[in-house]
Amino acid sequence: MTTDLSVVESPPRPGEPAGPGRARRAAGALTGNWVFLALVVLVVFFSAKAGGTFFNVSNFRDIVFNASGTMLLAVGAAYLIIGGQLDLSIGSVLVFSEVLAAKVIVALSGSAAAGYPDGISAIVAGFAVCIGTGAAWGLLNGVLVTKLKIPSFIVTLGTLGMALGLAQVITHGADVTGLPTQMVNDIGLKQLLGLPVPVWIAVLIAVLAGAVLAKTSFGRYTYAVGSNSEAARRSGIKVTRHVIILFTIMGALAGLAGVLDIARYTTTAVSGHGSDNLVAIAAVIIGGASLYGGRGTIFGTAVGVLIPAVLNDGLVIINVQPFWQTVAIGAILIVAVALDNVRRGREMRGS
Amino acid sequence: MRASSAASQDDRLAAVPGAPVLSAHGVSKHFGHVTALTGVSLAVAPGEVVALMGDNGAGKSTLVKILSGAMTPDRGELRIRGNKAHFTDPAEARAAGIETVYQDLSLADDLSAPANLFLGREHRRSGLLGKLGVLDAKRMQREAEEHLRSLGARVPDYRAAVRMFSGGQRQSVAISRASIWARELIIMDEPTAALGLVQTAQVARLIKRTRDRGIAVLLISHSVPFVFDVADRIVVLRLGQVAATLSPATATHDDIVAAITGAGGGAAASDGHLDGGSR
Repeated sequence: MTTDLSVVESPPRPGEPAGPGRARRAAGALTGNWVFLALVVLVVFFSAKAGGTFFNVSNFRDIVFNASGTMLLAVGAAYLIIGGQLDLSIGSVLVFSEVLAAKVIVALSGSAAAGYPDGISAIVAGFAVCIGTGAAWGLLNGVLVTKLKIPSFIVTLGTLGMALGLAQVITHGADVTGLPTQMVNDIGLKQLLGLPVPVWIAVLIAVLAGAVLAKTSFGRYTYAVGSNSEAARRSGIKVTRHVIILFTIMGALAGLAGVLDIARYTTTAVSGHGSDNLVAIAAVIIGGASLYGGRGTIFGTAVGVLIPAVLNDGLVIINVQPFWQTVAIGAILIVAVALDNVRRGREMRGS
Repeated sequence: MRASSAASQDDRLAAVPGAPVLSAHGVSKHFGHVTALTGVSLAVAPGEVVALMGDNGAGKSTLVKILSGAMTPDRGELRIRGNKAHFTDPAEARAAGIETVYQDLSLADDLSAPANLFLGREHRRSGLLGKLGVLDAKRMQREAEEHLRSLGARVPDYRAAVRMFSGGQRQSVAISRASIWARELIIMDEPTAALGLVQTAQVARLIKRTRDRGIAVLLISHSVPFVFDVADRIVVLRLGQVAATLSPATATHDDIVAAITGAGGGAAASDGHLDGGSR
């Protein structure tokens, strides 16, 4: 269900069967949670197979740490997909933003020999540059999609190439290194209450995004725009503005993921984000969103992010080639959408 | 629900007593060399159901677009309760109390019936949460259910996405949404197109209940039996002009067909089309 309106059951009317609404909802909840069950099964499976090697706090911390970057991207992708749009450029936007931010940080932080005297202010500037640059790419995507009325698939395929190409032009194809140590020690690998800072940031953003989507008019309009943009327009919703905002949020989140990426690895990864877009989109779809817009949740998206992360980690621990993870995710994606189609078909027939 | 009308009552211009809720006076519209409407005048009295009939290309859609604010006339004027009105977009018509139910529905299929009823005009929570855009979902749910029940609209599930509803149920939601917000008039473009017999009867009942609340209805329809069922007055357009104004009480099926096709040399005499209250 896309809304969380209160649980008031309508009394059955004469001549109308009493059950179907309730039965349909129960079926929907079951198949909707199928993905969550899959995640639980995976955790149980790897725990049984590898015991304490898999089932321990430190390993779970690794899993969520590895998933945190994808989570940021997937939150933005969830809003866009629910709003009926798609952004293929996120990996490239991430790379372009982090390259620019890394250049700024390196230039401002002072010499390594002196212990990066201006490291902190350089990092602050780097965050602003990275998020701002990502948001600018998102804004560009949104404006091109809405004003030129080019499908988002095409526009973001174009900006995917442009952002990555420009990043390579700026760096001459070599990654930017030499970032201040404060970046890693105070942010990237810094632990707070047992979890790395980037994980806390991802959790915070996800919870906030989930609440906004489910509880506010902005969230409601996102569903409405993705469901039927003409109906949204006629209802007085500023559809163009809303879509541009969704793309801008996506870009800003890619920027945030980018700066956290360099904070963790102390280097940019120009060639390391080529499949970020597909991973994020797959997470959103596995989590129950419709690629046609109008449906999806942040909770489902989080589950869709964690499944590949758990698989990747667990397969390494039980000594299976981690490449199987890619195979498994592909299969899960198809099964998730197939189940969704079956559910939809049942709903339509039920009416 | 309609508490909003109390507030807006004040800023509305003083209504001219006995004036039609909406009237068009000598409205003309051209598209290049094509004349869509020529000097059309029409009035809808408070609580009156007026059916607009005519063959394809008679100008019905153009007239309805002008009345709902989607189009501006080349010549002529609109009046609301006797006061001159000028709409440049549908939002202005809505602000004036005129809602439109479009033929292709305009529902957000993935949202529930209550969410659709309040789409774009949501209630927010009071205080800071409301300022942050947090919705008062419970209030909207409650008010929507009350409204749908009071209209007798059949909705199978108040929380399910309207995608799952039948055509008639969806049309019920669309009309209910219009009637929640309309203070003066609801314009409906072929509300029963593609509906079965039972569903058409359901829509007819909804229209009558809406009328009983004092809201006027102007509807385009091709279905003569449906029009006989719901309309207080039938206005027939032909070639961009008012060809006849008929009363369902006295006119026959053949009179309407004759007026629509122009056969019979004006057998259906027009009895002055600005007499909104003469029924």
